[in-house]
Amino acid sequence: MSSAIDGEPVPPDLFASRRRRLLAGRGGLVASTVSGVVVIGGLAAVFWLAPGGATVRYFFFNPHFMWQAFVGDPSKGFYSVGLGLLTNLWIFAVAEALVLVCGMLIASARLSQSPVLFPFRLLSTAYTDVFRGIPILLVILMIGFGLPELNLGYISNQSPAVYGCAALVVSYSAYVAEVYRAGVLSIPHGQLLASRSLGLSHGATMRRVILPQAVRTVIPPLLNDLISLQKDTALVSVLGAIETTRAAQIYSSTVFNFSGYAVAAILFLLLTIPMTRFTDHLIARDRARRLAGA
Amino acid sequence: MSEVVLALRGVRKRFKDHEVLTGVSLALSRHEVVCLIGASGSGKSTLLRCANLLERIDGGDIELFGQSLLDPRIDPDRVRRHIAMVFQSFNLFPHLSVIDNILLGPVHALKRPRAEVRAEAMELLERIGLAARAQDYPDRLSGGQQQRVAIVRSLAMRPSLLLLDEVTSALDPTLVGEVLDLLTDLARQGTTMLVATHEMGFARDVAHRVAFLESGRVIEEGPAREVLDHPREPATRAFLERVR
Repeated sequence: MSSAIDGEPVPPDLFASRRRRLLAGRGGLVASTVSGVVVIGGLAAVFWLAPGGATVRYFFFNPHFMWQAFVGDPSKGFYSVGLGLLTNLWIFAVAEALVLVCGMLIASARLSQSPVLFPFRLLSTAYTDVFRGIPILLVILMIGFGLPELNLGYISNQSPAVYGCAALVVSYSAYVAEVYRAGVLSIPHGQLLASRSLGLSHGATMRRVILPQAVRTVIPPLLNDLISLQKDTALVSVLGAIETTRAAQIYSSTVFNFSGYAVAAILFLLLTIPMTRFTDHLIARDRARRLAGA
Repeated sequence: MSEVVLALRGVRKRFKDHEVLTGVSLALSRHEVVCLIGASGSGKSTLLRCANLLERIDGGDIELFGQSLLDPRIDPDRVRRHIAMVFQSFNLFPHLSVIDNILLGPVHALKRPRAEVRAEAMELLERIGLAARAQDYPDRLSGGQQQRVAIVRSLAMRPSLLLLDEVTSALDPTLVGEVLDLLTDLARQGTTMLVATHEMGFARDVAHRVAFLESGRVIEEGPAREVLDHPREPATRAFLERVR
């Protein structure tokens, strides 16, 4: 008689189940193709065969109206959804640059240690609390309709798109500041100790040791926020700036067909998908590097 | 006559309601190697950090070359340029190559010309046999190599005093020797060192004096062999029996 510690006298069954073997290798490819066709085909069928399917296709996805909305025709009272995207693009480009800089300044203020900078520390904390707590739409409305009323000359005489852009900067800087701050706080304390023990000042330590490492770790979450910023340029439409969304809105209320919205959606996807893919690529590369290091 | 480099007098340090250092007094002369021994939590690391002004002390005094470091006119950054520190977990900068790790302090804290420091740094790397790895990033090196680079990084500051905080405790046992050999070399060349360590063999062979810490104070101190082989205090004896 064998003791328990010797284990089974006869080797146990070491083969994978039939199902697992079927799903391995070539079988897996077949399985994923079949399940893909079934799921996506099923969703398409529901959309296609629903009682109101034909109506929805006509009002939302009609190629003729989509093209008409894309090119626009001001003589008929509607603007080009395609050209509207240029407005979104410049709002995004300007806002992005300002957000990255302002976010860094706010984060630095919040992370400062000098007693002289205490008021800035307090202000930056209040700033991030307030502007992460107010819906962006409200910030846009308040700045867009509030600033012109102030009668401040130059400041009160800007286009709606400029106010919208400013509101996005105000709101997103708060988020981006927190991303930077999280990045800085994620750097091990030993890095700070090592740098300070070499006689580097707090500022030099930040500049040469902490920030270079922090920025690297926050690139993926930063890009996430920038993707979100790209989409939120659509919110500027509430101020009346003729950007993609606004153009699609005008089109739908002029022609009584909503296909312009589909065009706007597709245009936004064309903008954001490359950036999402790029972000995922960076995350994957980062992960691979970490796993290789461990 | 030996010159006193560092003197601690009744140094106290508390974290919240836990007093880690309860009045430590210790003096270190030029060319002297003093080992701090004691159980984990006895205050060795805290003492080193206080000596480097990385922690603010709550009582007592610290003097460097007879100058009190509690004087409000003191610039802690300038103090730290004379007192180098090596950490248990190396703390090399992962985003900088080996050579840039070493150059950071001399170039950006001491403002010395890069080319000049670079030549010195390469010489130091040559001495530890890692000159060929100058352009590598720290994560490409073994633990022992990283710790030796960290030691060289602190030496590049040409410090008056080297603080070493359990520098072999995070190392694979097979790599401890190479780091201790480097420290032994430094001791022979007359580097002034305050070494918190659990390596009793190193303490016996290399240290001039040993100080035993318990509950945040120096219980016993004296010539290394005397303290380690013939401890007077029961607490020291009990500790040495536990680590033997």
